[in-house]
Amino acid sequence: MLKAVILIRGPQKGTRFRPLSFEVPKPLFPVAGVPMLQHHIEACAQVPNMKEILLVGFYQPNEELNRFLSAAQQDFKVSVRYLQEYAALGTGGGIYHFRDQILSGSPEAFFVLNADVCSEFPLMDMLKFQKEHGDAHSFIILGTTANRKQSLNYGCIVENEQSCEVLHYVEKPSTFVSDIINCGIYLFTPEIFQHIGGVFQKNQQDLMLYPYDGDEQSNGWQRAEAIRLEQDIFTALAGQGKLYVYKTDRFWSQIKSAGSAIYASRLYLNQYHKTHPERLAENKEGGPKICGNVYVHPTANIDPTAVLGPNVSIGTGVTIGAGVRVRESIILHGATLQDHSCVLNSIVGWESTIGKWARVEGTPSDPNPNDPYSKIDSETLFRDGKLTPSITILGCNVTIPSEVIILNSIVLPHKDLNRSFKNQIIL
Amino acid sequence: MKALILVGGYGTRLRPLTLSVPKPLVEFCNKPILLHQVEALVKAGVRHVILAVSYMSDLLEREMKAQEQRLGIKISLSHEEEPLGTAGPLALARELLTDNEEPFFVLNSDVICDFPFQDMLKFHKNHGKEGTIVVTKVEEPSKYGVVVYEGESGRIHRFVEKPQVFVSNKINAGMYIFSPSMLRRIQLRPTSIEKEIFPVMAEEGHLYAMELQGFWMDIGQPKDFLTGMCMYLQSVRQQAPERLRTGPGFLGNVLVDPTAVIGENCTIGPNVTIGAGVVLEDGVRIKRCTVLKGAHIRSHSWLESCIVGWSSSVGQWVRMENVTVLGEDVIVNDELYINGANVLPHKSITDSVPEPRIIM
Repeated sequence: MLKAVILIRGPQKGTRFRPLSFEVPKPLFPVAGVPMLQHHIEACAQVPNMKEILLVGFYQPNEELNRFLSAAQQDFKVSVRYLQEYAALGTGGGIYHFRDQILSGSPEAFFVLNADVCSEFPLMDMLKFQKEHGDAHSFIILGTTANRKQSLNYGCIVENEQSCEVLHYVEKPSTFVSDIINCGIYLFTPEIFQHIGGVFQKNQQDLMLYPYDGDEQSNGWQRAEAIRLEQDIFTALAGQGKLYVYKTDRFWSQIKSAGSAIYASRLYLNQYHKTHPERLAENKEGGPKICGNVYVHPTANIDPTAVLGPNVSIGTGVTIGAGVRVRESIILHGATLQDHSCVLNSIVGWESTIGKWARVEGTPSDPNPNDPYSKIDSETLFRDGKLTPSITILGCNVTIPSEVIILNSIVLPHKDLNRSFKNQIIL
Repeated sequence: MKALILVGGYGTRLRPLTLSVPKPLVEFCNKPILLHQVEALVKAGVRHVILAVSYMSDLLEREMKAQEQRLGIKISLSHEEEPLGTAGPLALARELLTDNEEPFFVLNSDVICDFPFQDMLKFHKNHGKEGTIVVTKVEEPSKYGVVVYEGESGRIHRFVEKPQVFVSNKINAGMYIFSPSMLRRIQLRPTSIEKEIFPVMAEEGHLYAMELQGFWMDIGQPKDFLTGMCMYLQSVRQQAPERLRTGPGFLGNVLVDPTAVIGENCTIGPNVTIGAGVVLEDGVRIKRCTVLKGAHIRSHSWLESCIVGWSSSVGQWVRMENVTVLGEDVIVNDELYINGANVLPHKSITDSVPEPRIIM
């Protein structure tokens, strides 16, 4: 029997996803038409003997999360539950805190997946790999290849090429270590908790020796329980014959910024040809022109003279007027795009309105297409004092008047614009 | 009566349009710039127009021959082989201008206004001196040559070129009428009429100013070309509104050639000129633009303050603004954003131009 744990973190994490994360927890943000998390859950539910999927995080119970959970229960034949941490306990601390729940029913192994990644989730391959490497208690990290420069932004893995054992692990090194990076998807056996437990004990002992960490007033127990899988566990386990890396060359990307949501959408929409062809829109009599991979929710109302795609997701209840052009964009629930408007490389927030002939345009930050190992840049917001050209984001309920251009800008929710803007954050 | 029009040389300020067509023949509100002036001169009784050019163009010669026939007047070309400044061309055309005693007009070819040629003649004959300059009131006089004159009589005291402090808001509008005797003052060499001739004439009490009523613009560069277009169209609305196109989908002053084809759900205007054979596809929005002959604007595009050159093609869902000028036969691909681009003829634009620049 198997289980899966998805680390959904909490609101203090994922600030790069603002202003979209103001409205909805990042793990629920729709990517290729369905919540980010749903791609993980669908992949896990496909694995035979998957008994239960546990979401671990520190979001307070909220409407969207509850709605998502009850829908997930219905749609998937697997139990899906949310375990709320009392504080941000880190990628290791959260699962350690809930170890009893994870281990109840005695699963042989369980997957741990970070919510903010987009992947083909080769879970069956990881299971097979685990049986063939190390002993019955080995832990597997899913790895992929990055280019040398970008590898510094990830957890780097040095492996023994024959045995695939992880010899060395370092998180975001400042100099080059390895071009194999950690995908944030793991397969653990129950023994992992002994190792995490060991770190927890050590933390507690340190606390007794050094009760105050500077001026920090925080709870001592919390400080002991806050454990990071990457820095605290993997680094120590490397070279001990317990940790192995399974390399994949299937698609994988982090989803840190809003721009990467569009890139992730492209990857998942492409995957739909194989996994969910019913989610891809087709050219039909009386329907809009569809170019490439496009997701359109059945409740969206789209004029037949509109042209959509490639890489477009249209959410529930969206209205798209005559002669509208949408390309490489995500249009969220309830938005209205009036006649002749043009939306390129942008995310249009819930209930927003775009006026006639308006142009909403961003700049994509895609990985270098000439480099097969290039990953999407998690670039900084500003460079040399100027806003880096990026995807244009309209928060929820933003109104863009007719005939203006909004270029490379981020507009916070509930804003009514009255003119064109370029390269700006509009509060 | 005669008129001398200072056409000049390559018209470099109105590039890229003047790379394809000599400036006098560039259509302003669907009629060559030169023809606006010549037709007004003919109405005032001028029977011989002399064009002072420093760059000879076959196209110009051929076109002028055709106009001679049509208007029943004589058009000569006076070609200066070396640059003669703003006064020298008068000396070059001396023979043509002095074959009788009547005063003659001199015009700067870039000027557009409600040409007051009859009033100028009356005013000039009234004061009986050698020269009359038309002046006009402008908001930013320091960009031009400012004229200081006596309000009652119009007698000019002096000129100040591009003054640093406010002197007067009346500037030289580039239209004159002279008595033939004035030509003795000019020699056949490079001479500036404003710096060398006028000051002496003013000193001697031989120069008078007549204030222009109505609009005025020097349309020698694209930004001013468009501003002048707005003024001219407003004047058409006042004097001959039946020439303008009205109805659903047309806002403000819009001039459309009868051979142009306009699609459904377009909104055109205010201040738009559409040339012969132009095609506008469905859902196009155009404001404050000149679209020259044969151009094609594809569906759902949005244009403001642009000049679209002859036979150019603008793709679908294009946004063009901020005095973008497309030369002849330019192709702009679909879905681009063009901001203040100056595009030379026969270019294809495949990428957006988010900040103003020249595309060679």
